[in-house]
Amino acid sequence: MDAILIQLLNGLDKGAAYALIALGLTLVFGTLGVVNFAHGALFLIGAFCAVSFQKVVTISKKILDPNITYFDAYIEQPYLEIWMGDTGLAIIDYAVPLSLFFAVPIMLLVGLAMERGLIQFFYKRSHAEQILVTFGLAIVLQEIIRHFYGANPIPTPAPDIVSGSAQVGLWIGLGDTLVYPWWRIIYLISSVGIITAVFSFLNLTTFGMVVRAGMADRQMVGFLGINIQRKFTIIFALAAIVAGVAGAMYAPILPPDYHMGMDFLVISFVIVVVGGMGSLRGAVASGFLLGVLQSLAAMTAVSSILPGIEQIIIYLVAVIVLLTRPRGLMGRKGVMDE
Amino acid sequence: MLIFTAAVLSMPIWLDPIGANYPDLLQKFAIFGIFAIGYNILFGLTGYLSFGHAVFLGVGSYTAVWSFKLLTMNVIPAMFFSILMAGIIAAGIGYVSLRRSGIYFSILTLAFAQMFYNLAYSVLMPITNGETGLQLTMHDPRVIDVAFSREVPEGLPSTDFFGISMNGYSGFYFCAVMLILAFFIYLKIFRSPFGMKLKGIKSNQKRMKYIGSDTRPYLITAFVISGMFAGLAGSLMAVTDPLAGAERMQWTASGEVILMTILGGVGTVYGPLLGVGIIKYLENIFSSINESVLNNFFSFMPQWGESLLTSLTMPFVGEGWHLTLGLLFMLIVIFLPGGVMEGLQRIKDSIMNKKNIEESEATAKESSDG
Amino acid sequence: MAETVLRIENVNKSFGGLLALNDINLEIERGKVHAIIGPNGAGKSTLLNVCVGLLAPDTGEVTFNGGEKIIGKKPHQINQIGLTRVFQTPEIFPDLSLLENVMLPALSKRDGSYKMSIFKSLSDEEEIENEAIGALETIGMLDRKDTIASSLSRGDKRRLELAMCLVQKPELLLLDEPTAGMARHDTNQTIELLKQIKEGGMTKIIIEHDMHVVFSVADKISVLARGAIIATGTPDEIKANPLVREAYLGGAEL
Repeated sequence: MDAILIQLLNGLDKGAAYALIALGLTLVFGTLGVVNFAHGALFLIGAFCAVSFQKVVTISKKILDPNITYFDAYIEQPYLEIWMGDTGLAIIDYAVPLSLFFAVPIMLLVGLAMERGLIQFFYKRSHAEQILVTFGLAIVLQEIIRHFYGANPIPTPAPDIVSGSAQVGLWIGLGDTLVYPWWRIIYLISSVGIITAVFSFLNLTTFGMVVRAGMADRQMVGFLGINIQRKFTIIFALAAIVAGVAGAMYAPILPPDYHMGMDFLVISFVIVVVGGMGSLRGAVASGFLLGVLQSLAAMTAVSSILPGIEQIIIYLVAVIVLLTRPRGLMGRKGVMDE
Repeated sequence: MLIFTAAVLSMPIWLDPIGANYPDLLQKFAIFGIFAIGYNILFGLTGYLSFGHAVFLGVGSYTAVWSFKLLTMNVIPAMFFSILMAGIIAAGIGYVSLRRSGIYFSILTLAFAQMFYNLAYSVLMPITNGETGLQLTMHDPRVIDVAFSREVPEGLPSTDFFGISMNGYSGFYFCAVMLILAFFIYLKIFRSPFGMKLKGIKSNQKRMKYIGSDTRPYLITAFVISGMFAGLAGSLMAVTDPLAGAERMQWTASGEVILMTILGGVGTVYGPLLGVGIIKYLENIFSSINESVLNNFFSFMPQWGESLLTSLTMPFVGEGWHLTLGLLFMLIVIFLPGGVMEGLQRIKDSIMNKKNIEESEATAKESSDG
Repeated sequence: MAETVLRIENVNKSFGGLLALNDINLEIERGKVHAIIGPNGAGKSTLLNVCVGLLAPDTGEVTFNGGEKIIGKKPHQINQIGLTRVFQTPEIFPDLSLLENVMLPALSKRDGSYKMSIFKSLSDEEEIENEAIGALETIGMLDRKDTIASSLSRGDKRRLELAMCLVQKPELLLLDEPTAGMARHDTNQTIELLKQIKEGGMTKIIIEHDMHVVFSVADKISVLARGAIIATGTPDEIKANPLVREAYLGGAEL
């Protein structure tokens, strides 16, 4: 029982990351009609915003180690600590959450640049060409990251205060074996917050209304004389920010490396298809669903019966869904029908 | 066809001036050539974009190495089983994936590719040997070799074709002959009624059905054939280097063959081969360049210019070859969706136009003179 | 009594609450051009879609050549038994040349629904090529046989589609508004073409808005109104039928 609950919780934070990426992916697809294979790279850039911020705040000066007196030993002391004392140390400790202030504007710029610089020229070209050009872009971005940060995963710890685990088991009266890291709880809560924010933005504002109308019938919105183009650009930037924040906050959970973007992209794509192309709810729901499924499949009880199932469960589900429910779990009629 | 044969077999001679005449690279040209023309049968003729073709490459390699381990070091059975195996798996994947079209087809093939790739590292470990890769060992059974009591040399045996060892140039010539055979079949398909029907499916599948053709079996056949080409390419990789690893099945490897096909020209006869040549040649050059080579190259500049240019170009070479590849990919899709073949056609057209204009001007002049 | 090619019996079809086809009974005679006319929303296209198996009716049966059931068959199977269709928006092969456009249906007719003719060369298919050239000649586009089809005008595309159907020598040809959206000149050209191929004796069903077209080519006309057939007869009978005038022509003189 405890084991199932632990896996359930583990699946939820992974699912949250999937859901956030898939949300942006399907938003872009539904409005702009563009299949963006570079969306995973946005997640990657977000994660490396956190990495970079951490690197910047920990730039250090070599000083003599005062504890070792019999020879000259050096230790590194961050400038921030030297200049600002404890405040500096606090900033270093909180690097990941603080990096969000830095990640959001960067993701906004990246999103705008990507849409204006490349994506807008591919609105009218075939899906195959969209896939190919964004695939190329994804490779380029990932290789740039590799050039500057190397090929190894870079540990990016969460603040000390939340580095421990919460006694989730005790909260619900199931004993103390059921623990769950604080940072993952924070991640889960923030993801739900972001998803809620995006949905309310789309459902409660006039802007959101136009966007939803655009997702339902692009031509019609064009006929109404609404400048949908600019709204599309904003939507793309929004999707980029969501993916970036998801990436930055995921850094403490999974040390970022240069190919994490591609890894998450493939899965997110599968999730979008399972949820139903163009369905935002579907993307979020199937993100969480598949995250949890993947986690449950990794349990020893399951893998002893079906060895290797955790490696392929997501793809297996995708194949089954695509063949039995061509529009995905929540896809609407008329979106990407053949 | 004769010209093609001659061109392929004489590659060591005419590629000499650009320094591409060593067997390792030439083999790559031939092997990836087979892979790319096979891919073109599917993508070029039917327009179905598969992200899973690397699976067949991997399956081909694994099957070939197993054949070397269990049966004989002779390459013929290895190739036969590889093609067969790739064909069977392609039939399975194709049967399922081809129930959908467009982007859904791409995602389905991608999902299958990821499944195979992930399984190769877990459940299929006994077959694939995981991250180490499948290798020959000293105590492989090789039942046929033993039955015919062929001499076993000291150390690990090398692959052979009835006694001709597949090292160096003989390896290349063997791959070249395979390429020529594959190309012959490929050309036949392109120019057959079957190939024309595939083009019809790409152009308008609905009309194809309403003129009485059942498109699904056509698509499955094309998928299986192109899978078998990939299987052959995979087995040749094992022939020239008897080692098989799962990284060959990664979906980015499928991306590479897509790039080659597109770079040369999708759906054109010679385009994919051109694409393979360009990419493998550039890869060879770019990845061998390092800092000192660059410094040498820019040594005509003053010191500051030399170091500036070196640091600017460094990201694109050596380890950074993939960056160049990605950029190339984007540039081609953006500016030249028809690939190099389209570019050549455009150049040819503009020359012809110029000529026509000149001629018509000349005639106009003549008539006015008269 | 002439032989019946297509028999439509007691066909009903409704979409939601709307009764699109109400107990349709119709016999199409061999060698005749049968036009189906009616105001917008009368159910003409629905009827045609039922005839080619694109839509399954709620009740009723459509039989071909005295027994072969149409309903439940796939499009390629229906084509293989001898029914071909021209669509309202031209369905051609836009990336292929005109000659290839017409060769494909001829090949498909000969090879059946599937044939793995990989090792046959196209250049040996002289018979097919000749058939295709003949069909292109009929529509007067032989001089453009190497043109890529997407560059044709709309009217030419529709005539090309007609040629693609003719080359298969179908027993029954269904034409869905062959002149819709055409300029007057184009329409006249198409009428001439339809008259010309009428002499071949091929059975046809034409759905058409343009009365000029209908009265110049049809042997028999059925009038559809609100999902039901209100009259069937020769053009003269239809012109004289007061019911038809009431329902369709609004009483105006023809």
